Amino acid sequence: MNEQKTPLIRLAKRDDMDPKRVWAIRGASFLVAILIGAIIFMVMGHNPFSAYGTIINGALGKKTAIRQTVKNAIPLLGTALAIAPCFKMRFWNIGAEGQITAGAVAASYFALFWADKLPAPVLLVVMAVAAAIAGGLWGLIPAFFKAKWNTNETLFTLMMNYIIIGVVKWLQGGPWEGRPGSQIIPQFEKSACLPKVFGVHCGWIIVLVLTVLMYIYMSKTKQGYEIAVIGESLNTARYAGMNVGRIIMRTMFISGGISGLVGFVVASGADNTLHAGVAAGVGFTAITVAWLAQLNPFAMIGISGLLAVLQKGATTLQTRMEVPASISEIITGIFLFCMLGCEFFINYQMIFRHKENKEAKA
Amino acid sequence: MNTNPILLLISAAVLNGTPLLFGTIGEILAEKTGNLNLGVEGMMYMGGAMGLGGVFYYEKAVGAGANPVLAILIALLCAFLAGAIGAVIYSFVTITLRANQNVTGLALSIFGTGAGQFIGEYMRTREGGFVAISNSLKDVFQNSPFPASLQNLPVVGPLLFCYNIFVYIGLAMAILMALYLNKTRSGLHLRAVGESPATADAAGINVTRYKYLATIIGGGISAIGGMVYIMTIAGCVWNHEGLSGEGWLAVALVIFCIWRPMNAVWGSVLFGALMILYLRLQLPFIPDQLYKILPYVVTVVVLIITSMRNKKENQPPASLGLSYFREDR
Repeated sequence: MNEQKTPLIRLAKRDDMDPKRVWAIRGASFLVAILIGAIIFMVMGHNPFSAYGTIINGALGKKTAIRQTVKNAIPLLGTALAIAPCFKMRFWNIGAEGQITAGAVAASYFALFWADKLPAPVLLVVMAVAAAIAGGLWGLIPAFFKAKWNTNETLFTLMMNYIIIGVVKWLQGGPWEGRPGSQIIPQFEKSACLPKVFGVHCGWIIVLVLTVLMYIYMSKTKQGYEIAVIGESLNTARYAGMNVGRIIMRTMFISGGISGLVGFVVASGADNTLHAGVAAGVGFTAITVAWLAQLNPFAMIGISGLLAVLQKGATTLQTRMEVPASISEIITGIFLFCMLGCEFFINYQMIFRHKENKEAKA
Repeated sequence: MNTNPILLLISAAVLNGTPLLFGTIGEILAEKTGNLNLGVEGMMYMGGAMGLGGVFYYEKAVGAGANPVLAILIALLCAFLAGAIGAVIYSFVTITLRANQNVTGLALSIFGTGAGQFIGEYMRTREGGFVAISNSLKDVFQNSPFPASLQNLPVVGPLLFCYNIFVYIGLAMAILMALYLNKTRSGLHLRAVGESPATADAAGINVTRYKYLATIIGGGISAIGGMVYIMTIAGCVWNHEGLSGEGWLAVALVIFCIWRPMNAVWGSVLFGALMILYLRLQLPFIPDQLYKILPYVVTVVVLIITSMRNKKENQPPASLGLSYFREDR
């Protein structure tokens, strides 16, 4: 009788899982993603081993390749760090793309018009500060409305992306245009470009320092704790007397500021100029980096590195095997789905009817 | 031909708004069950590439004797399937595996834009650098299905009968969706799932089934929008730019029309108008590029106003963005 009433599979929340098993599950889901990718290569008539080999070789095989890979990873890591506190707070900031661009615009302003008036180190510092403030303000606008009227932040931040990108397009073809008709903003003066350390612009040092700072901020400070409480329960935060609106605005200013700084790093270090595609989708990809890393700053280093390898490797794949480079986005997507899905097996346990009966008898 | 600037503006606005209309209608259906699927951009890319591919290979197979009705059906079906596949992945990960909807939607956007680009590029390299369909089939997709006598009527002709067939399909879809959501029992159940899944579940409604079906069908409809964009506005060829942001605009439009399909009809025309206004109505003191951000600015303003007025009937479905866990009540 009873047996018919219980469903075949029941679900229950799992409290704690052995960390070893957690990593085993994540590792397994990673393998599943690799396997699905291999199937895609096979369907296209390529040997999956040589395809993956080309990706890894293309990304890490040569010194120049490694440099390019690191260059790809820098903005991903930086922006993931920026997004972490917002997502911890359950504030769905998908406007990092715009905050990066806003930062790049502010940095470019000083690079273009103040390069001859300021000495190089001062100029770079001014650019960085301006970028952080601009990015922060761009993030603060949706946060203000969220705090005041509970305006939907997901769409607000999203729209802010397109607005600032439109502004850059205007700058490109208008006031900041270099040669008339070129639609291109001139290259920065040497003094406005980030110096190189070990062959890559020193943005990598900046983001690594930020990683440590963000870890400390999120897990060791009062502000980080407040963010965590709001994320867990808004009502608890209010009951504890926290000024939720102020915390939301403060956190978004910090988040936007870091994104803005990334914008400065990209414009000054990698591109040496400003263009509408300065963020290049990083703002979106970084969200998945942050989430997959469970918002842990150190784990983000690994994940952003992995995605950077995929990106760089895919361009090699395109030139060598004539596979369109967008394969990297497909594999990234599959990888994300698998990693997102596998959390289920960590958080919940499935109880099969059959097994349960046996346990009951025993 | 009509040369009246206002009529030209209206017909251009409708043309540009139609892909958005499909994207929006599909997303409304998904969001009404509480599934905030941010993957619309990705699904529209997939729909665009697959729809074009379907028609291209159909024409390649049958040659000059391609049946226009069949070609349109193939385009619709391929696009729908492409979007449905994307939505199945999203549904499985968010409904069954209960992952975060925002992040999964973004993952779908990344995956879908990649898959769309990939299919488009792959076809292009395989077919010798160019995927385009013949002019006669192009006309089928881009010209009005009505006879010339109706199209040539003064004012009424260009206003009502001069659009491509997808405009009428989209309009019918919006009306059907409004009727379904507001006038049928099943539509009521669907809305109940989006407002309060636990209550719906207690009332004996199969929450999981509604969520799955609505998201998948909605994804398919959204993807048709991508196909319409490629086949009408982009001129039946795959370009590297792809759809560039149409899907995100559709997500914004869902909010703009406060989750009502009939509002989406005029909303999409308005957005279509905002998108091309810089071509038709040049103002000396506003540069083109700033003009182009108008739709986004308008969306922001609408977002702010609706949140400030805070009217009960204008709110998103109460459980939007949340996974439902039955055992968690």
